[in-house]
Amino acid sequence: MTAVASPGPLPPFEALPRIPVDRDGPVFREPWEAQAFAMTVKLHESGLFSWPEWASALSSEIEAAQAAGDPDLGDTYYRHWLKALEGLVLAKTELTADRLARRVQAWARAAERAPHGEPILLPEDERD
Amino acid sequence: MAGADHHHDHHHGHHHGHDHDHEHPRLGELELRVKALESLLVEKGLVDPAALDTFIDIYETKVGPRNGAAVVARAWVDPAFRDWLLRDASAAIKSFGFEGRQGEHMVTVENTNQVHNLVVCTLCSCYPWPVLGLPPVWYKSAPFRSRAVIDPRGVLADFGTTLPQDVEIRVWDSTAEVRYLVLPQRPSGTEGLPEAELAALVTRNAMIGVEQVVYPPRNAREAAE
Repeated sequence: MTAVASPGPLPPFEALPRIPVDRDGPVFREPWEAQAFAMTVKLHESGLFSWPEWASALSSEIEAAQAAGDPDLGDTYYRHWLKALEGLVLAKTELTADRLARRVQAWARAAERAPHGEPILLPEDERD
Repeated sequence: MAGADHHHDHHHGHHHGHDHDHEHPRLGELELRVKALESLLVEKGLVDPAALDTFIDIYETKVGPRNGAAVVARAWVDPAFRDWLLRDASAAIKSFGFEGRQGEHMVTVENTNQVHNLVVCTLCSCYPWPVLGLPPVWYKSAPFRSRAVIDPRGVLADFGTTLPQDVEIRVWDSTAEVRYLVLPQRPSGTEGLPEAELAALVTRNAMIGVEQVVYPPRNAREAAE
């Protein structure tokens, strides 16, 4: 359990615009940022999109945000990342924006309901 | 078992099945969107949740400021700070410029030659990751939690941690109100190390008590072997 598995070769993340990194690779401010990053790498590995496709989607999202007045101080980077990922997944799978929005609401209700200190779980019958 | 003298915040004294006193939502908008996307991708078989977990665990030291490690190193070199940390962990940790998003009450438990502390947690959204770093994948599992209580020595052995039989193991269960930070023992041979290098030795696993801090660090030893 203590053995740290090798992450394997990462896609060329340094090709991405201004991704926060340190000497050893990407760094994250909060756990959800690492989750968004991990999902992207895994979806890329499974062939859902190519890395240049991803880099392009992310760049467009960042440019759109800047055009809309995002001060771009680095703290919004993964916000743009997540939006680009959602967009690419909606374009490449059967998943619809409506279904995704309903699922966000279901998680919000689950989080509201879970007793404090208990894990937040989504009941089977709310999985849509 | 855990017999701490908990200081419950007065406004946590009454529960009506719902916390009225948390100003912040339990999960933020971005966390909800990530959970929604992840759960749908998993259900559609597009990502493997175990692979995601493993991947994220590799970035253990790359999430959040890991203030806990800096706090531990300071306590090792500064006895007055150590006393403060043991007396009022929330304030001592806050002096590093950090406060939990929900202002959780932190308690420090110190490892000694007589006592080893192990922390378990039900891991709701309030895991104090800004202090401890990213929660490990195995930490979320119900088996780990129940086994830690029933057979703490066995759990420690899984992590390669064996303690003399006369060392008492105390297991602490984090709650919504109280989060624990283990103050590990400073390893021998580190007397001359500067504080920053000491902090680099302190692992997340040591701060939840499943490992001891070792010197030279594990990776360096593995590399040398």
